Amino acid sequence: MNAVDVPFYRRVEDALTKTRMRQAVRHTSGRAMESRRAAIAELDSSDAIRDQARAIRSRTLAALDQHLDTFATNVEKNGGTVFFAETGEDAVEYIRRLARDRGIRTIVKGKSMVSEEIELNPVLELDGFEVVETDLGEYIVQLDGDKPSHIVAPILHKTKEDCARVFKEKLGASDEDVAGVPQMTQLARRTLRKAFLKADMGITGVNFGVAETGSVTICTNEGNGRLSSSLPRVYVAMMGMERLVPTAADLGVMLEVLGRSGTGQRLTVYSNILSGPRRPGEADGPEEFHVVIVDNGRSKVLASELAEILYCIRCGACLYACPVYQQIGGHAYGSVYSGPVGSVLSPALAGIRAFHDLPHASTLCGACREVCPVRIDIPRMLLRLRAEGVEAGESPQWVSLGMKVLGWLGTRPRMFNLAGRVAARAAGLAASDGWIRELPLHLSGWTASRDFPAPAKESFQERWAKRHGGAS
Amino acid sequence: MRPARVQLLVTCLVDRFFPGTGESVVRVLERAGVTVSVPAGQTCCGQPAFNAGHDDEARTLARYTIDLLSASDDPVVVPSGSCGDMVIHQYAALLADDPEYGPKAQALAARTYELTIFLTRVLGVTDVGAQGTGTISYHPCCHGLRGLGIAGEPKALLAGVHGATTCPLPEAEVCCGFGGLFAVKMSNISGEMLARKLDAIEACGADTIAVTDVSCGMHMNGGLRRRGSKVRVEHIADVLAGEAPGAKERS
Repeated sequence: MNAVDVPFYRRVEDALTKTRMRQAVRHTSGRAMESRRAAIAELDSSDAIRDQARAIRSRTLAALDQHLDTFATNVEKNGGTVFFAETGEDAVEYIRRLARDRGIRTIVKGKSMVSEEIELNPVLELDGFEVVETDLGEYIVQLDGDKPSHIVAPILHKTKEDCARVFKEKLGASDEDVAGVPQMTQLARRTLRKAFLKADMGITGVNFGVAETGSVTICTNEGNGRLSSSLPRVYVAMMGMERLVPTAADLGVMLEVLGRSGTGQRLTVYSNILSGPRRPGEADGPEEFHVVIVDNGRSKVLASELAEILYCIRCGACLYACPVYQQIGGHAYGSVYSGPVGSVLSPALAGIRAFHDLPHASTLCGACREVCPVRIDIPRMLLRLRAEGVEAGESPQWVSLGMKVLGWLGTRPRMFNLAGRVAARAAGLAASDGWIRELPLHLSGWTASRDFPAPAKESFQERWAKRHGGAS
Repeated sequence: MRPARVQLLVTCLVDRFFPGTGESVVRVLERAGVTVSVPAGQTCCGQPAFNAGHDDEARTLARYTIDLLSASDDPVVVPSGSCGDMVIHQYAALLADDPEYGPKAQALAARTYELTIFLTRVLGVTDVGAQGTGTISYHPCCHGLRGLGIAGEPKALLAGVHGATTCPLPEAEVCCGFGGLFAVKMSNISGEMLARKLDAIEACGADTIAVTDVSCGMHMNGGLRRRGSKVRVEHIADVLAGEAPGAKERS
């Protein structure tokens, strides 16, 4: 996972000053939500297919070890090689050694969040390999020395003008080359085509592994996944340990909810199902077919109360739907996994201490749960992580103290009421017309952009008791 | 069977900040033919502690509230989607391992209702004889909307207000940015979310925005006041109690 050296509130402050980025995020999120809505509306019952998808994920994870065994056996039966990487370093080391042993010079990469998670590219580049991202968004991110801000749409935070600047600066593109999105796409296509032709290794992520067939499935809209996986002589598929479905029939359901939720498509333009290296007599395909299965904390999550987050199929709908993400964009989260799912997954994988702020970056409005194609109860897990943060001593002192006081007063109604009266008296001094313009200390954030109501001198219960003579 | 009596869980915010709203709730319920009792000694349901991850304190307050509301078997009405969700869904989850209070929490959940759900689904009323003026719109508060599944109920009640018209709110289901401590701890994000909500509120043409939660209401009102806007957010009970919008009593 990414190192988090800048505190969350700083990253948020920074993000909120980036007006153009925020407009881009809000605009694109809104459009994506519209497409999703339309794609979901086509279904007779979106609830039924989501229930079905959830049941598949639940069934898969309940017996994940068995499915992984079946999957590995079948990959090997197909002529592929499987490597189980317990840690990110193990995975990086395997790929790095493989590249060295095979005398690789150029590596083309399809989109892979798990490779971002384990920070594969910098290590390979340091070793002298030329690494080229081939997903258009990832390519622009790479050219610009930037980071993806969305798990499906890496340059959600960039406008087309931003992209034009990158192409001009990094590729020396002419004004004509960057006159519009089609021109820029053509330029990237021309440049990437050369990389595809000279690459001797391809690495992609995996949307779903299919246990019964030992296949990996890659969903793209640009076809870069199939070029990366079939042109170079060595192919490496990288998948998170949980990204399996038991059967090909299950895959059908998952592809449907993925396309509709993630990009508002019935299916992504390309859904490639790869089952091993090139066989004798076949025209194309790699000579070697490796599947690197990455644990990197997932076993621990699977055994925890947060296991449900592993149902995630990385469609990105919860990011689009999140009113917090829409304000701050993905980079502020300081993790490759941003938005609601990232606020659970990042601390779940890397530990609460590294990402203790993220579970609090939510109003618990539930929009994420509403759109999730596998109905993950993200708010419940954010709450669980908040509790873990408290247990780990990450709750700010003033909050912990406040909650202790609340717990104490809350079981002593007379004291509770007295405290209310005192607060009302104090607030009365600071208020005008019943509202306070400036709260002190930790509460000052509230009054930075809104007034705060002064408590009433006489509470409802006091008034009620007067009228009804004590208890009800 | 139509209940003749209910217990009001008034919520700590209504109790101390908006007592007039509590009285509106009583008025509306009584007008609907229900006798209201207010179990004495109500404090806080524990939602803020639960929301902050302080589960021990949340459990303490949950047990206290369960005891308070279990002296009678009468249904419990809560004028809040957020506190309602706490009592209806979160208590049982928090106390799942408690052999004594776990079952009590479930029993309480089964007879606890958010106000608009109680009026429409339990009593079967949408016209509570309310008088109003001007144009009223509705913002669905998140915990009611997605936690309790409050859907058309408040709108049906608002459509039954005599003398007032209703209008839709754009992006109605987008959160206002309150989120309890979120509005304090992440006040800058919260402020931006609020600005987005207030833009929609001011553009929709309503004089009054009705809500099911005074917490979200005070958040939006705090922002509207800061903007100098004439629009006001009202708890739906205040609208249904027939007070002139914008003139809610808050002594």
